[in-house]
Amino acid sequence: MRAVSWAMAAGLLLAAACGYETGQRLTEPVTIDGDAIPAPLGGETGDAARGKAVFTDREQGHCVLCHAVAGLDAEFQGNVGPPLTGLGDRLTPGQIRLRIADAQRIWPQTVMPSYYRTGGLNQVGEAYRGEPALSARQIEDLVAWLSTLKTQDGEE
Amino acid sequence: MIRAGLIACLVFAACSAPPEEAGTPVRDPLPDDIKRSGTAFLQPDTRALQADDFANPGFLWIDRGEKLFRAGVDGSKACAACHGEDGADLVGAAAHYPQVDAASGELVNIEGRINQCREQHQSLPPLDYESDDLLALTAYVSHLSRGEPVSVDVSGPAARYYEMGRDYFFTRRGQLNLACSQCHNEHWGEKLRGDTISQGHGNAFPAYRLEWQTLGSLHRRLNDCDEGVRAEPMPLGSDTYKAVELYLAKRAEGLPIETPGVRR
Ligand code: HEC
Ligand code: HEC
Repeated sequence: MRAVSWAMAAGLLLAAACGYETGQRLTEPVTIDGDAIPAPLGGETGDAARGKAVFTDREQGHCVLCHAVAGLDAEFQGNVGPPLTGLGDRLTPGQIRLRIADAQRIWPQTVMPSYYRTGGLNQVGEAYRGEPALSARQIEDLVAWLSTLKTQDGEE
Repeated sequence: MIRAGLIACLVFAACSAPPEEAGTPVRDPLPDDIKRSGTAFLQPDTRALQADDFANPGFLWIDRGEKLFRAGVDGSKACAACHGEDGADLVGAAAHYPQVDAASGELVNIEGRINQCREQHQSLPPLDYESDDLLALTAYVSHLSRGEPVSVDVSGPAARYYEMGRDYFFTRRGQLNLACSQCHNEHWGEKLRGDTISQGHGNAFPAYRLEWQTLGSLHRRLNDCDEGVRAEPMPLGSDTYKAVELYLAKRAEGLPIETPGVRR
């Protein structure tokens, strides 16, 4: 018991001394189960049609910067990330949700941004401070659309 | 007593390391044998535009720079009075910038050296960073070194600037939490939408960017990359960007100066 409370005290001290709060990596507290976030963020219900727009729009997710989806009507899709063709066959909605919300939790070295993260960042532009790159609703829209992607839709 | 000491140690160790050790980019340098200028990653039409001195829009600034170099302003001495009519004494000079100014101990790039000459030898006010006149003079002076291999001194008083620039290059930043190295060391050659990510060398700057519709400095390019990851950019001409410029120059060692480059 004493060892536990001592460790907790040290942890609190640590967080205070470093000027960051250990619990605040994501915009809201979420339950992570293995490599998935089972419950929708912010209690939102995603819409696949809106999700497709979030994926391609420069002003929203702009995921096509790095990812291609076969058959998607968008010019110059990037290849820094893997193609997401048929993603709904490979990953559950909960797994897709965690990969968008906090890819760096799964792959700490990745270039893929953590779209629902606000804590522990460095030199964030004034206009973006305290805000996640995507809202809970935008992420749920993406999860809804990406879950509909089946292998037979694409060419490969 | 021992416990308090232990806690203090723990706090110290944990704070001196960033909160997320695991996500810190690897600091492997770019291997020498794969080093390639940004020109190698251009679309063929953009590369052809850079290669043609008559079509390359950067030459508008080179011409303007040459005129400014030869003309005395308001009765002051012209640059050419000290450096030779066609800048003969400055051939090759730009390949060794940025460098530490012996008198002040500060890191100066070509822009800074030009402004220093204006203030100390020409009794003229410094030109604004990114003004057409400073870009024109910088491009002209850099162009006098076209083809010269980049070679900078990072020892002695330059070492701390080199370290500062290197730290910046490998540190994640911005809402998108990306370091320069993650794009330009780890993912060069890949497609970021319509762009092919290059190795991020500065040897073609100042360069004409089609997106800018004008010539721009290396610092303006760095500003754009910082804004791309939604980071608070540093001021053009700041010590931080000059330090990054020095790190990039050392990293690009041996690549030829290509000013004026043409970029997308
Ligand atoms: C800067 C590049 C980049 C951007 C922008 C990006 N990603 Fe990624 N993404 C990656 C990389 C790289 C991986 C592979 C993970 C790794 O190994 O680093 C990945 C992996 C994924 C995966 C897992 C794929 C699988 O098969 O397991 C999903 C899902 C995903 N990204 C969705 C998205 C969505 C949705 C967006 C936009 C909101 C997005 N990504 C934006 C680079 C990016
Ligand atoms: C998200 C990816 C990304 C990050 C992070 C990034 N850049 Fe870039 N950078 C690019 C792209 C795309 C271009 C334009 C294509 C090219 O020339 O590479 C570019 C261009 C450049 C160029 C011009 C190269 C040339 O030949 O014209 C330099 C220099 C550069 N970046 C340096 C940096 C530095 C220094 C940092 C960090 C402060 C940085 N970049 C961060 C993607 C990035």
